Amino acid sequence: MNWLEKQATISEESGTLKFDGANLSEGRRPRLLRLDVDREPFRLEMGGQLAELDVAFETFGTLSSKRNNAVLITHALAADSHVAGSHEPGERRGWWNEVVGPGKPIDTDRFFVICPNILGSCHGTTGPSSTNPLTGAPYGPRFPRITVGDWVTVHGRLLDALGIERLFAVAGGSLGGQQALELALRFPDRVSRVVVVAAAARLSAQGLAFNACGRTAIVNDPNFNGGDYYGKAHPTSGLSAARMMANITYLSEEGMRGTFGRRLRESQGAAARDALEAEFAVEEYVAEQGRRFAAEFDANSYLAISRAMDHYDAAVWGGGDLLKACERIEASVLLLSFDSDWLYPPKDCRELALALIRAGKRVHHANIPSAHGHDSFLLGSPMMNSFIHAFLDG
Amino acid sequence: MPRIDDPRIDSELLERRDIDRLPPGLFEWRVAEVVSIASRRVGRGQQEPRVPSRWQDEIIVNEISQGASVLDLGCGDGELLERLENGRGVRGQGVEIDLDIVLKAVRRGVSVLHADLGEGLHWFPDHSFDYVVLEETLQTLQNPKVVLSELLRVGRRGIVSFPNFAYWRVIVDLVAHGRMPVTSRLPFPWYASENIHPLSLQDMLDWAEASGMRVVSGHSHADGAVRPLRPEDNLHAEEVLLVLERK
Repeated sequence: MNWLEKQATISEESGTLKFDGANLSEGRRPRLLRLDVDREPFRLEMGGQLAELDVAFETFGTLSSKRNNAVLITHALAADSHVAGSHEPGERRGWWNEVVGPGKPIDTDRFFVICPNILGSCHGTTGPSSTNPLTGAPYGPRFPRITVGDWVTVHGRLLDALGIERLFAVAGGSLGGQQALELALRFPDRVSRVVVVAAAARLSAQGLAFNACGRTAIVNDPNFNGGDYYGKAHPTSGLSAARMMANITYLSEEGMRGTFGRRLRESQGAAARDALEAEFAVEEYVAEQGRRFAAEFDANSYLAISRAMDHYDAAVWGGGDLLKACERIEASVLLLSFDSDWLYPPKDCRELALALIRAGKRVHHANIPSAHGHDSFLLGSPMMNSFIHAFLDG
Repeated sequence: MPRIDDPRIDSELLERRDIDRLPPGLFEWRVAEVVSIASRRVGRGQQEPRVPSRWQDEIIVNEISQGASVLDLGCGDGELLERLENGRGVRGQGVEIDLDIVLKAVRRGVSVLHADLGEGLHWFPDHSFDYVVLEETLQTLQNPKVVLSELLRVGRRGIVSFPNFAYWRVIVDLVAHGRMPVTSRLPFPWYASENIHPLSLQDMLDWAEASGMRVVSGHSHADGAVRPLRPEDNLHAEEVLLVLERK
């Protein structure tokens, strides 16, 4: 995908959009909103600042006159604002198409759904590949450190601009689930219901280690050049290797065994001729995932977002005490985990559930059987859908 | 396994010990019914008095004080907690093992944790709830001892209800037919029954005594009526509900 071209069209389109919130309805294409940071730069949690801040987002359904039916969808590491449907025939469907849409668990006939791209990403919202207005060149490695908290602050600014004071719900999976949780902590009075899927209050040591491997692969790519690779060959092999590793954490042993086993790749009966050639079906699969990802994602964005993922810990709101942090939350919370997920394992999700219970909050935690590991939240689990539907209906 | 007519079984001793516990006149009083049950060969479990289902809920709603916090273990679809929240302003939390039933509780808006009580209650800190309710669940647990001993660590008071396996119809049914009893409250044959740890009222009272617990109050369901516990209820009560606290 050539994102820069697409971004140009959006910018043009956004020039004519009036964000008065009165007649917000389905956005056929992603919209780009330049948040007002003219008088004061946007300050980031870890000390950096941005002189310009664009947010790409898509909306579905219609905002009610009371403005009380807005649902914010927060996306995971590498996704974008395109949560559901397709813009034109033949285009890929949104990443949560089974969950969001007319008559679906997050029913766009009932809710006004907003899905913004996160800060630091490369899918429309300002990130390392964006041009720094102060230098006229891409930020690259000079893009300031970002946090999950910054993403949620930007979500808040977007809601302000859309005239939405309080969300009916916020929902997300994985890193998106952590944003949903963070929103309930950061803006307790701005949300009534929180859906956190395949996530926890923080990433495990095992998860931190995997992310470290991925970053090492990227920065050691000969094309990386300290992060200044724009206009030249990108560090796609490093990014591809990072994604391959990450992809393993998204699946489960059971799932991989079922789908690939030790099968050799098709059209190859014999062993590979040399050590570099893919031999097994699973090998071909992860390599393909890596290649596809590296072709459309920015390595600096990946580094920035994976750092934010590592750094996140909801307990910060309680000075390191998760229970104390949870006391801030006013919304009721639905936590869904998948039994084969080992990136955000069910026990970590339960830890969060117990902290919320002990803090006296309304919380549901269900652990859904699935063979698909962490990725289950993207694969249209009927049980997950039923829970989200029941929670938003109840 | 010794057979019933096994000479090693000291039937006299058994009789003496058990009959000591029987309220005087019980068998004379019940003789007609005993005969009727013993002579029935088919249709077991169909002639017991009709009972209100979930009669315990009524007692529990009255027992629990306004605004208390309640942990309902094996909460099912959350019906009791919903009642308590609406009527008593209670802060309720359920625990349920069956995912489909957890979904129903979520639909009701009742807080529910999808978990196996067999793991114990170590997740909950000491005295984190005013009441811990264990309704018709105890006898189905793989390790009831763990949950029972945790009951009054986690809760200030425990509310336990269970079918009384010393209920005279159950005893007579077993003795007369030589088969595991099937009654309206124990509707499943032995191989399909969830009741893997049958217990009697007396068993529970013994356990409470030995564990330093006091029975604050008790109710029984006997002969189609719900009433405060009576001394003879080990035989008379079909189901019992006890409110326990630490001595």
